[in-house]
Amino acid sequence: MTATDRNLAATRPTAGADAPIETPVNMLRRKQAWKVWEIVFWLATIAVYFLFPSKLLLMSEIAILGLFALSLDLLLGYAGIVSLGHAAFFGLGAYTAGLFAMHVSGAPLLGLLAAGFVAGVLGFASSFLVLRGSDLTRLMVTLGVSLMLLEAANQAAWLTGGADGLPGMTIDPVLGLFVFDLFGRTAYLYSLAVLFVLFLVARRLVGSPFGLSLKAIKGNLLRSQSLGIRPNRRLIAIYTISSVYAGIAGALLTQTTQFVSLDVLSFQRSADGLLVLVIGGGGYLYGGLIGAVIFKILQDWISAITAQYWLFWLGLILVVIVLFGRERIAAGPRTILSVIRRRFPREKSA
Amino acid sequence: MLTILFDGVAYGMLLFVLACGLAVTLGLMNFINLAHGAFAMAGGYITVILMDRLGLSFYLCLPIAFVVAALLGIVLERLLYRHLYNRDPLDQVLFSIGLVFMAISGTSYFMGARQQIVHLPASLQGRWHVLGAEIGIYDVFIIAACALIMIALQLVLTRTRFGSQLRAAVDDGRVARGLGIRVNRVFALTFAAGSGLAGLGGALGAEMLTLDPTFPLRFMIYFLIVVTVGGTTSMTGPFVASLILGIADVVGKYYVPGVGAFVIYAVTVALLLWRPYGLVSRETAR
Repeated sequence: MTATDRNLAATRPTAGADAPIETPVNMLRRKQAWKVWEIVFWLATIAVYFLFPSKLLLMSEIAILGLFALSLDLLLGYAGIVSLGHAAFFGLGAYTAGLFAMHVSGAPLLGLLAAGFVAGVLGFASSFLVLRGSDLTRLMVTLGVSLMLLEAANQAAWLTGGADGLPGMTIDPVLGLFVFDLFGRTAYLYSLAVLFVLFLVARRLVGSPFGLSLKAIKGNLLRSQSLGIRPNRRLIAIYTISSVYAGIAGALLTQTTQFVSLDVLSFQRSADGLLVLVIGGGGYLYGGLIGAVIFKILQDWISAITAQYWLFWLGLILVVIVLFGRERIAAGPRTILSVIRRRFPREKSA
Repeated sequence: MLTILFDGVAYGMLLFVLACGLAVTLGLMNFINLAHGAFAMAGGYITVILMDRLGLSFYLCLPIAFVVAALLGIVLERLLYRHLYNRDPLDQVLFSIGLVFMAISGTSYFMGARQQIVHLPASLQGRWHVLGAEIGIYDVFIIAACALIMIALQLVLTRTRFGSQLRAAVDDGRVARGLGIRVNRVFALTFAAGSGLAGLGGALGAEMLTLDPTFPLRFMIYFLIVVTVGGTTSMTGPFVASLILGIADVVGKYYVPGVGAFVIYAVTVALLLWRPYGLVSRETAR
């Protein structure tokens, strides 16, 4: 990861041409600069709205899965924390949004805020558990927390509807203007807008000194401490932020489908998130989004052939990816991106 | 009360037999094998198939389940697992989750998604009345079988050359290699034995644990609890953890059914907060 970054930095011709001595601030600014392929990527997300008007529901699911994977990327790709129970926050956000719409207000944006807040509180509280112990304990605790929530949601049928799910909520139009329609037009644009805003925040975050310090902690805990970084505080912060993101992703799913089921808390969902991130590659923010696109298209395609045994192919994909080498797979999208970039060098750089 | 306690003990001992293989492989190679439950499921299904289709007796099926699961374990170990020993935990987790998914849908493809029923032999059905309590004969059989397995395990670990090689390798793999112990071979054998035990446990407990294709996923958390709470340095830790877990689960489900499995998870998280490295500590964790 860091090696490729350095290579990219070295091959970039304009880097530091006007500033021969690179200060940390310059370095961060340069890394923050928008690249052409990034702009193309986001333009493409809008273009698909016009190109595939019949697939909008699927695409809104992709955007939501992408947001979920993005939240996992912040945790795994930047801070190096492996979580087996990220669905806890996704599900909590989903249920919060559903209950909020039923009992408080149908305004979607308020629902998102509420879901993010509740998920963030749980994330903050459970981050102290996660920080203790070894990798194995971490896996255990994250898995345990998500299973606890699943069990709680299952048992508290008076609140969550239990195994039957939580139907019958009405979501008001977004900003009072855009009604959620049957074809998913609003759903897609709404999910995409939320994804984009949160992506911008995440991009700013990982490009800041805070983001660098996370990478330092991931790279070497002891050395980062000797540089004056307090790992625990940073990890608590990123864990909380990541759970807020996951909560908002869950809320988006609730609002766009107007239904919540126990499925949002399942282990399967956590595993899906991990797989998406592994397909796209962690640690550069776009991995989750690209992975979500590939994952959903694959799922759509395989389910059309053998609906029942999608799980088998999912497992096979996981095994093959790991045996083949995660890094090599993750390098795929990135190589394509860098090829595109070489084809279309920055116009303004001259 | 005594009946429930007895149920809990039987359940706990069964969990120990199922999970002890995982404890050893985790301690030995630091390999996080979430697919351990798949071997147990294999054992259970083999029993069902042999009993239903070939009409073999339940008692005969048990050793066969052990052998088949062990063979399956050694084949997978040589083919797949060994490539992943030095990878980071994320790889191991993803890989074994993938195996679990494949096992689940593979099983439901061949055997159907419904629950499989093991017809216990007549000699294991019914109950004894002892001191005013009703004790299931099946429970007694499970406890006796598991106790035998444990004694055998303990003897192998403490009295044989292989056992001392294994303990040396768990304590410090590098030094053990330096002393000429072939750690990888020890590990392969242990992995096979652990998978075999899981298979045996699955066969023994097929009736008690309800056997269906989601078995590996349902019990994954139980195995992990046993291993993380019990620690991996000795057999005592996982054993105590299994008993606590088994009794707590049965008692909890009987007295407060509304709360369900919630108690278990809460207790586990609390235990891990109190002792992040397990009841019997693993300070030497690499």
